Amino acid sequence: MTKSAGKLLFQSSDWNFDTLARTYDAIETIALDEIQLDVYPNQMEIISSEQMLDAYSSVGMPLMYQHWSFGKRFVFEDHLYRKGRRGLAYELVINSNPCIVYLMEENTMAMQALVTAHAAFGHNHFFKNNYLFRQWTDASAILSYMEFAKKYVTKCEERYGTAAVEAILDSAHAIMDQGVFRYRRPPRLSSEKERERARERLEYEEQTFNDLWRTLPQSSTGHDRAQAERDASERKKSLNLPEENLLYFLEKTSLILEPWQRELLRIVRVIAQYFYPQRQTKVMNEGCATFVHYTIVNRLFEKDQISEGAMLEILQSHSNVVFQPGFDDPRYSGMNPYALGFAMMQDIQRICTEPTEEDRDWFPEIAGNGDWRATLLDAWANHRDESFILQYLSPALIRKFRLFLLTDSAGDNYLEVASIHNERGYQTIRAALARNYDIGANQQDIQVVDVDLLGDRQLRLQHNVKNGILLEEDSRDATLRHIRHLWGYDVSLVGVDAETGEELYECSTDEDSL
Amino acid sequence: MPNFIDRRLNPKDKSIGNRQRFLRRAREELKRAVKEQIKSVGIADVGTTHSVSMPTRGVGEPTFQPAGDTGERERVLPGNREFVPGDRLRKQRGGGGGKGGAGTGEDEDDFQFALSRDEVLDLFFEDLELPDMVKLSLKETLTFKSRRAGFAVSGSPTNINVGRTMRNSFGRRIALRRPKQTEIDALLAEIAELEKKPGRNAAEQLAMLKAELDWLDRRRRRVPFIDTVDIRFNRFEQQPLPNASAVMFCLMDVSASMGEREKDLAKRFFVLLHLFLKRRYERIEIVFIRHTDEAREVDEETFFYSTQSGGTMVSTALAEMLRVIESRYPASEWNIYAAQASDGDNISGDSDRCITLLSAVMRLCQYYAYVEIIDERESEIFARTDNGTSLWRAYRTIDGEFPNFQMTRIAKPADIYPVFRKLFAKQPATRKPRK
Repeated sequence: MTKSAGKLLFQSSDWNFDTLARTYDAIETIALDEIQLDVYPNQMEIISSEQMLDAYSSVGMPLMYQHWSFGKRFVFEDHLYRKGRRGLAYELVINSNPCIVYLMEENTMAMQALVTAHAAFGHNHFFKNNYLFRQWTDASAILSYMEFAKKYVTKCEERYGTAAVEAILDSAHAIMDQGVFRYRRPPRLSSEKERERARERLEYEEQTFNDLWRTLPQSSTGHDRAQAERDASERKKSLNLPEENLLYFLEKTSLILEPWQRELLRIVRVIAQYFYPQRQTKVMNEGCATFVHYTIVNRLFEKDQISEGAMLEILQSHSNVVFQPGFDDPRYSGMNPYALGFAMMQDIQRICTEPTEEDRDWFPEIAGNGDWRATLLDAWANHRDESFILQYLSPALIRKFRLFLLTDSAGDNYLEVASIHNERGYQTIRAALARNYDIGANQQDIQVVDVDLLGDRQLRLQHNVKNGILLEEDSRDATLRHIRHLWGYDVSLVGVDAETGEELYECSTDEDSL
Repeated sequence: MPNFIDRRLNPKDKSIGNRQRFLRRAREELKRAVKEQIKSVGIADVGTTHSVSMPTRGVGEPTFQPAGDTGERERVLPGNREFVPGDRLRKQRGGGGGKGGAGTGEDEDDFQFALSRDEVLDLFFEDLELPDMVKLSLKETLTFKSRRAGFAVSGSPTNINVGRTMRNSFGRRIALRRPKQTEIDALLAEIAELEKKPGRNAAEQLAMLKAELDWLDRRRRRVPFIDTVDIRFNRFEQQPLPNASAVMFCLMDVSASMGEREKDLAKRFFVLLHLFLKRRYERIEIVFIRHTDEAREVDEETFFYSTQSGGTMVSTALAEMLRVIESRYPASEWNIYAAQASDGDNISGDSDRCITLLSAVMRLCQYYAYVEIIDERESEIFARTDNGTSLWRAYRTIDGEFPNFQMTRIAKPADIYPVFRKLFAKQPATRKPRK
């Protein structure tokens, strides 16, 4: 970049690899030196819009095994896109090391700059630094694991037929949401992979071996209640029950699955686990990326590196992204994570630099500390959506969004406004919004509680019902049938009120002929 | 400077395999949807690209989902204007469930997507149980014919265009100044003259002339009369056959005995006929004639869906057909096809009149197919025998007289195609000159 020829990084909306690289370097300077981001190396890939659709439909992974549901997704996305009901995302970024960022061929140069700042630095920084991603995902191993998974599934299809593989994957997909460890960190998928697999095999053999031994008749000391209970508790202990990760339990314990079928369950489980942090940090992740791109392009503009025209184009698309329609707007479809995240981060910046009295009351630790960068870096690293909102949503922002809290009780035929954006409501609204983003609380809590491997082998599941929210019955029964398919014997599900312990409903697969 | 990789040339359609798997999986649903559509769309529209709504069954992906109408929920919403705590809002029935982001997935199960013409036809024919080979030939929509299309520099000797070749050769000869025959003839005459005259002067001139003749000769050889560069061949292009027009008469008895099933079978037969004719003719029109004890030309909607009913007099339909032909479709310009679907009931005494009228019709028609739709239980009885309804027996006499008349009976969808084959198999060969 020569100073005499004007400092603009690019003039027209056309792009070429020179301008892309030049712009990337300028953005990188700001991102690393000024905002002090810390990123994985980037790999920028230029793709066409069809390829973007392809990438979408295979859950955004560059490598994915084949399954009809991805085809269904493709048809669906393609349809929306062609109808003009949904635009394509301008970018797609993969949590891997190196971080893969897709740029679409059709974007203008201004958009490419925006995407670079957004994805290659915003998302990338978040992936690398947020504690959930650090603890739960393995960015350096995921691509090679996906390659293994894809090959493995193909190999199984060749050996056992597409239909057999599809049947297992269908069933596994049905309980993907119940296939993550929420509290315990999953094992790493690194080069230890092989070793670990050997260990698993041993474990499995041991298990079946034990079961055989336990088929011996018990010594005669009478089958009183206490004894039965002791047996049950021992049994549960030996199987590590209760277990919240259904996929894991079935993979390890199912009596009918072949080794390759177990491996398929494992693949689905690993992918579910890999995406679990993304689901918990939508607001923060998008907020971080949006805040970063906004800050960077503004700096570029201040430094006269991009023209007014480009800036206008960027701002227009920026404001589309962070647009939050009100609840009564026909365009409303829930809180927009981009809008909320971006607004909160800008708000944190404001609290750090120009706090009001109210901010000093609410955020004594950060109000007026002047160092918004460090404050944000800290927030990005150490929070997920729920805790982030609980900690940082300010009254000023609640007023700005005009947030209000509705309570909805199934018994009533009305909704009640519980709180609004006033002095009395701030705390309640903030806590309620945070709860809305708590996946742990909103996800159906279904656990394996018992199975008698010597008796009827019925798999007993328990649904801990929170706030009286039951399961939709048709999909519940269909999902149970999928579980039965993997387990091989009957499966029952008991709904228990999480607070009172009262049994609310019970259902099982044994009436079903499937 | 990061690592830039251009992936645009990588294969796209990475998901084509997934899409095919999906279609395979959804096949039953799609078949049902196509069947529905054949019922509801016009005959001429079957086989055009369709949007098919994809229902959930078979391609649903169940998961544990919260039931919308249970429990206590809290929702935080933006954009409050007038509410104060304690306000109550009436619940909207039905819509309330998914709102507020409680569920994770959108409702993406009931969506529409477009099937290509081939995909629709595949599914349509599948229901009719076609052998694959026939499906292919039916899908081939156009026949081609070679057509003159300018000239080419290469080709087979039979295609040399002499006129154009000579014109090129002439131009070249002028441009390269090929010595003309007259020039040489004149020179030869002069030489002959000189040879008669002895003398030194003459000998010298003779030598000069001979040298000139020699030069002309050599030049003629270097610039040939026809060079390969002159040659032009007629070029032919495969062009869609310019087709004549055809009109297709659909005659149907709509007396009370023609129920939903009978009409559906008839419609399928007409659709197939239309697809078949469409392949042959560029322009094809359909005339719908329905009859009870009186016949009327109607639109398709009325033809299949009107419930008006009455007695039965088949001859009226034939009379109506003759009237329409006379007024709009002169047999000299139109290829006339007719298909009649009936359950065979006719008022007594009318069948004789039918024979008279039909004989007149047959002189104008390319082809006339009579399909009798019978009860499935009757199909056993009627399969072989010649007896049947009065109409059937009457038509038998026509059947022997005109080779371009065919009649048969069907009882279920799977019968249609074999019958159709039977009716139309010999079609190209039996097309005979009109009387």
